[in-house]
Amino acid sequence: MNAREEILGRVRAALEGAPPPPVVEPRSVVEPRAVVEQGAQRPISRDHSATDLVDLFAERVADYTATVHRCTADEVEAVLTELLGDRTTVVPPGFDRAVPHPVEDTGLTPTELDGIDAVVTMATLGIAETGTIVLTHGPGQGRRALSLVPDLHVCVVREDQVVPGVPDAVTALDPTRPQTWISGPSATSDIELDRVEGVHGPRTLRVVLVAGDA
Amino acid sequence: MPPFPEAARIALANTQLRTNLAHATATIRDKRARVVAEVDDWEELRTAGAATKDRVLLDLDTHLVRLEESLIRAGATVHWARDAEEACRIVADVAKAHHVDEVVKVKSMATQEIGLNEALAQEGISAWETDLAELIVQLGDDLPSHILVPAIHRNRAEIREIFLAGMARAGRPAPEGLDDEPAHLAEAARLHLREKFLRAEVAVSGANFAVAETGTLVVVESEGNGRMCLTLPQVLVSVVGIEKVVPTWADLDVFLQLLPRSSTGERMNPFTSTWTGVTPGDGPQEVHVVLLDNGRTRALADEVGRQALRCIRCSACLNVCPVYERTGGHAYGSVYPGPIGAILNPLLRGVGVDDQVDSLPYASSLCGACYDVCPVKIDIPSVLVDLRAQVVDAHRGGVPRPEAVAMKAAAATFRRPGLLRAAERLTRPGLAVVRRVGASAWTGARDLPPAPKESFRAWWKRTDGGRS
Ligand code: SF4
Repeated sequence: MNAREEILGRVRAALEGAPPPPVVEPRSVVEPRAVVEQGAQRPISRDHSATDLVDLFAERVADYTATVHRCTADEVEAVLTELLGDRTTVVPPGFDRAVPHPVEDTGLTPTELDGIDAVVTMATLGIAETGTIVLTHGPGQGRRALSLVPDLHVCVVREDQVVPGVPDAVTALDPTRPQTWISGPSATSDIELDRVEGVHGPRTLRVVLVAGDA
Repeated sequence: MPPFPEAARIALANTQLRTNLAHATATIRDKRARVVAEVDDWEELRTAGAATKDRVLLDLDTHLVRLEESLIRAGATVHWARDAEEACRIVADVAKAHHVDEVVKVKSMATQEIGLNEALAQEGISAWETDLAELIVQLGDDLPSHILVPAIHRNRAEIREIFLAGMARAGRPAPEGLDDEPAHLAEAARLHLREKFLRAEVAVSGANFAVAETGTLVVVESEGNGRMCLTLPQVLVSVVGIEKVVPTWADLDVFLQLLPRSSTGERMNPFTSTWTGVTPGDGPQEVHVVLLDNGRTRALADEVGRQALRCIRCSACLNVCPVYERTGGHAYGSVYPGPIGAILNPLLRGVGVDDQVDSLPYASSLCGACYDVCPVKIDIPSVLVDLRAQVVDAHRGGVPRPEAVAMKAAAATFRRPGLLRAAERLTRPGLAVVRRVGASAWTGARDLPPAPKESFRAWWKRTDGGRS
């Protein structure tokens, strides 16, 4: 018998006489709230007004020592110029803001990427409760290697992309896209539980949070 | 490996180990308690997590077949492995097909369980661990001692020594004049490993979750080494225990809330990566998934014990266990230490075969703290008691061990939920039950302590773990 048949056979034998699988009850909810991204509707467990939500997001991102820069749509480029300074910055296709020293992604190898100082991307959404940004690596976000290899990641998030909690994000996201959920910069506590930032991935994360229409 | 009591005696004499562990477990425990308190529906999340896992386990064949279909549809190659040897062979074959003599690895309990690094070494393939702690363990020719922080038994001075001696042998040497400052040690690891990430062609990972509906795999991590391995090499092999499957994408919301808070005590871990088969032009272009049994179907057949397969490896139960805190992970003789290890190892490997495995269900005080923190509500104490009865049964034939009678009776109690609740786990009424059902043979050999006035859990709640 091949491994597949044998394992499935063992599973069936192991479950003989087992009770039926439980029906999973939906969790109770406090107040339904629409999810911004893709207009999906799903009740969630907590209630936040829109401004609360963005403030909470900013606060929670900052909790991870990832600096948050709030600005209006008109100010984005000035903020990027200030944050990126003299650095070379890889810019993913579809990112339509000017940066000081842009490098286009022409299928750069990991080693070539390693020679670039910074990366700038957009995001698909932000999660207020956990201070998380989620990339799904479409236009403006680039393939996964771009936001991984350079040492500084500047991520532009619009206020209207912020959702309350993890359930809202899961509902809104497309599972067939590769996803990277980022909550603060790379960190380790492996040496005597001392927190050290940036073992691999970007050691610095800066989130540009844009109000109004971006 | 010596049976637990002997291994524990050796560990207990190691004061460095005890100090490091006590500090680590207490710190993580506090962080966890703080972020769990933020979530108003935490108990509901635990219930939902447990129910979702049960839904999968009690219908596992259906979900596995569905997972296989989704993975294939998404462009992945699916392999099935009955045991460790078969799984290692599959990974080695993929590596050989690409003519590589090294692979980079994301920390994964499943690949440690099957001894993948050793098996690949036999084939002339070096498997490089890229998690900082795993790197420390690997370069130090050592064993992990904690699920989450495997090198917690080492202090900074030891880590510096390990890097100075070991890095040069494995690739880029440690920087000149390396001191024992954690940031400098981490920087040394960054440089050492980056060289490997940039040239690696094949990566090996596990997965925290595998979504049957979509074929999506999920890896949760902190350092970014996971992202490096999952993204840069052109070939990715993921070894996934068959119990890791969850039914739908939507089910992840529960687990992505439960896991980081239970594990590192953060609202969210720094990086979570999800991928569904192959994405053209982004990440690995050849994706393999090895669905691993290696004793899981044995555990599944155990009525009381099958709940252990719900485990999401958060390690919360280790950090609250008074036995683990004193002995550390090595004493359990397995990659799964602590309370979960004490039940998972006998369930995966069977009892009555190996004295070391048989000793594990006794490596507990049955205080119940592990049950209280477990994000998927695994009733570890009940499984321990049931396994003790199984160990006793397996050794039947000669003169029964003194534990035999009492343990069987206690197990019968634990199996019946009503009585169990009344018994409140060997507290005042609990001990009364044990005495009544005939613990004299047992107490003849051991001291049965006088029943405490309140249960450990009640004490813990009242005093905030002894802090108030
Ligand atoms: S048994 Fe529960 S608490 Fe222990 S590691 Fe598994 S999920 Fe976490």
